[in-house]
Amino acid sequence: MLKDLFPQKKRKYATITPHPSARERVPEGIVDKCKGCGEIILALELEKHAKTCPRCGYHFSLGAMERVGYTLDEGSFVELFGQVRSTDPLSFPEYPGKLQKAQQLTGLTEGVVTGYGTIEGQPVAIGVMDGRFIMGSMGSAVGEKLTRIAEYATEQRMPLVYFTVSGGARMQEAIFSLMQMAKVSVALARHNREGLLYVAVLTHPTTGGVTASFAMQGDLNIAEPGAMIGFAGPGVIEKTIRQKLPEGFQTAEFVMEHGMLDGVVHRKEMRNYLGRILSLHREGGEPDGRRTAL
Amino acid sequence: MAVELPFEKPLVELRLKIEELKRFTEERGIDMSEEVATLEAKSKALSESIYRDLQPWQKVQIARHPERPTTLDYIRDLCVDFVELHGDRNFRDDPAIVGGIGRFDGYPITVIGTQKGRDTKENLYRNFGMAHPEGYRKALRLMKQAEKFRRPVLCFIDTAGAYPGTGGEERGQGEAIARNLIEMAELTVPIVCIVTGEGGSGGALGLAIGDHLMMLEHAWYSVISPESAASILWKDASQAQRAADSMKITAQDLLRFGIVDEILPEPLGGAQRAPAEMIETVRMAVKRAFAQLRTLDTETLLAARYQKYRVIGAWTEDAGTIYEVPQAATTTASLDAEPTAASDTQELDDLAYVARKTTED
Repeated sequence: MLKDLFPQKKRKYATITPHPSARERVPEGIVDKCKGCGEIILALELEKHAKTCPRCGYHFSLGAMERVGYTLDEGSFVELFGQVRSTDPLSFPEYPGKLQKAQQLTGLTEGVVTGYGTIEGQPVAIGVMDGRFIMGSMGSAVGEKLTRIAEYATEQRMPLVYFTVSGGARMQEAIFSLMQMAKVSVALARHNREGLLYVAVLTHPTTGGVTASFAMQGDLNIAEPGAMIGFAGPGVIEKTIRQKLPEGFQTAEFVMEHGMLDGVVHRKEMRNYLGRILSLHREGGEPDGRRTAL
Repeated sequence: MAVELPFEKPLVELRLKIEELKRFTEERGIDMSEEVATLEAKSKALSESIYRDLQPWQKVQIARHPERPTTLDYIRDLCVDFVELHGDRNFRDDPAIVGGIGRFDGYPITVIGTQKGRDTKENLYRNFGMAHPEGYRKALRLMKQAEKFRRPVLCFIDTAGAYPGTGGEERGQGEAIARNLIEMAELTVPIVCIVTGEGGSGGALGLAIGDHLMMLEHAWYSVISPESAASILWKDASQAQRAADSMKITAQDLLRFGIVDEILPEPLGGAQRAPAEMIETVRMAVKRAFAQLRTLDTETLLAARYQKYRVIGAWTEDAGTIYEVPQAATTTASLDAEPTAASDTQELDDLAYVARKTTED
C-alpha cells in the first residue's frame, strides 16, 4: 500500500550501554572473537576445535609450541638446537630491540622451533615457525636451525615436516637472510637425494623468501584453509600493477587451484593426514597395512 | 649521449671547461695547451677520488646505469657459435631471461642470464629484466640440458628482482625459484655466477646458486632493493640511501662476509665507460674459474658447493635465552657516524667466530 512506500522510521532495537565493570567481569582469555565471522567463541570451545572457528572454519594463528602440541603425539616432542639465536651481524638500526621484544613476547629464542617426536606413533623431525617472532621472518638463526634439523633427519633417515609462517626474509640481516634460502635448500636437496620424505605445511601467511624456498620444496606441499600464500605481498603487487587484487587472490585454495599445492587440510585433520602420509612412506612398508579414515 | 649520474656533476663541468678551452685554441689560434693539460690532470685526479670512495647508494646508481653491458653483450663477446634457446616447454618464452649454448675458451658451455633492455621499447619487451616463473623454468630446463651433455653453466645476474605481478603469482613465482635453488644445489656440472649489476633478492638467487660467485666492483646484491627496504622498514622510500648503507649490499661487503668469492674490477667510472675492457676482465675470470672447477670430480664439486652455502650466517649458541641489547646498539645514532676501524674488526671477529662454530660442529 501507499503507506508501505513511506515507511516510518521505527526503532526496533534499544541500545544498552554495558555497565563499566562488565568488561572486567569477563577475564582475559575466556572468549575470543573470530576474525572470519565475528562470532564470539569461548576459549575452551576454541581449544576443542584446535583453534579454528566452529562456525566458519577460520584458522586462528598458532604459536610454534601450540602447533607442536596440536601436531605431535602428546609428550613425544624433544627440542633440538634451542640455543641457536640471532646476533646482529650488520649492526642494523633498531634490530637488537626488535629481537628482544620478540623473545619476550613469544618466550622463544628465535622464530622457529626444531626437534623431533612422533605423529600417530611414527617418528618425524619437525621445524615449526612462529609468526609472532618479527613477523615470522627468516634470519640466520632460523636458517641455521632449519638446516640442522634437515641434516639431523638425513643422518637419522627420518621424514621431515616444516610448518611455515613467514613475512619472508628478515631485512635486518639483509644478504645473510637471503642466503638462508640457499642454505636450507642445499640441506633439503641432500635429504631428498637420500630418498627421504619432506612435507611442507604452509600456514597463514607464507610469503617472500620462504615461499621461494623450503615452503615450495616439499615432496608434498599442503596448506591450511584460507592461508595467504604468495611470493610477492598483495600490497607490492597492487602497487606494481596499479589495480586492486580480486577477492581470494593468493589464498591456499587459489594456490591449490593453480597447481602449486597437493592439498588444503583443515587443522583438525592435520595430524591424521600427516600420519597417513608418513605411514605411506615408511621404509620397508607396513606388513599389516594401516587402516585409514579416508 | 652518455648518461651522467648526479655525483658525477663536478666531473662533467670540468670536462665542459676543457672542451671550451680546446675550442678556443682552435678558433682563436691561441695556445692554451698548458691550461688544458692542468685541467685534464685535475679531472683525472677528481674522477679517481670520486670513484675510489663511492657510497653504497652511488654504487646502486652505477649498477643501474642504462649503458652497462647486458647479458647478451657479454654472451656475444665471450662465446663463439652462440645459439639462443627459447621457452620453458610449459607456458611461454620469457624474454627477461635469455639462455643458450656457445663455445667459450674452446669448450661448449650453457649460458643463462637475466636480460635488461637498452631503451624503453626494449625494456618493455624484456620487462626491465624482471622474470616470471617461466623464465626460471626455462633456466632450469637449460641447466638440466647442460647436465645431460656435461657442459658447465655460466649465469649472469642483473635484475631488480622477480616480477611481482598477478600472472607470476598464478603460475607459481615462489615455486619456480624454490625449484631452481634445490636443483642447482645438486646439479652435477660446474656453475659459475656473476652479478653484473643488480642482484635483487630471490629473483637473483634463483640463478645464483653455484660453485664460484663473482660480482662486478660496483654491483649490489641483497635481500631487497634499498627503496623497498626503506618503504617497509621506515614507511618512506626516500630513505633508500639510508637503507643502502644499513643493509651492506656492495660487492666489497659481500666479499668480506665470505658470500662472494671474487670481485671483478670495473674500468674507472664503471663498466659502462669501457664495456670492451669490462668484458675482457670477465672473460679472464670465467676462464680461470672453469679451469679450476673442471679439475674436480662430481662428488668433490657438490661437497664444496654444499659447504659454501652451509657456513653462511651469523648466530650464537652462548648460554642465556634473551638477546641482551648492547649499550651502543640502543641508540640509532651510530648509523650516521663514520664506521670505525674498530667496529669493522669486531664484525670480522664475529664472522670468524661463526665460521669456527660451524667447523666445530
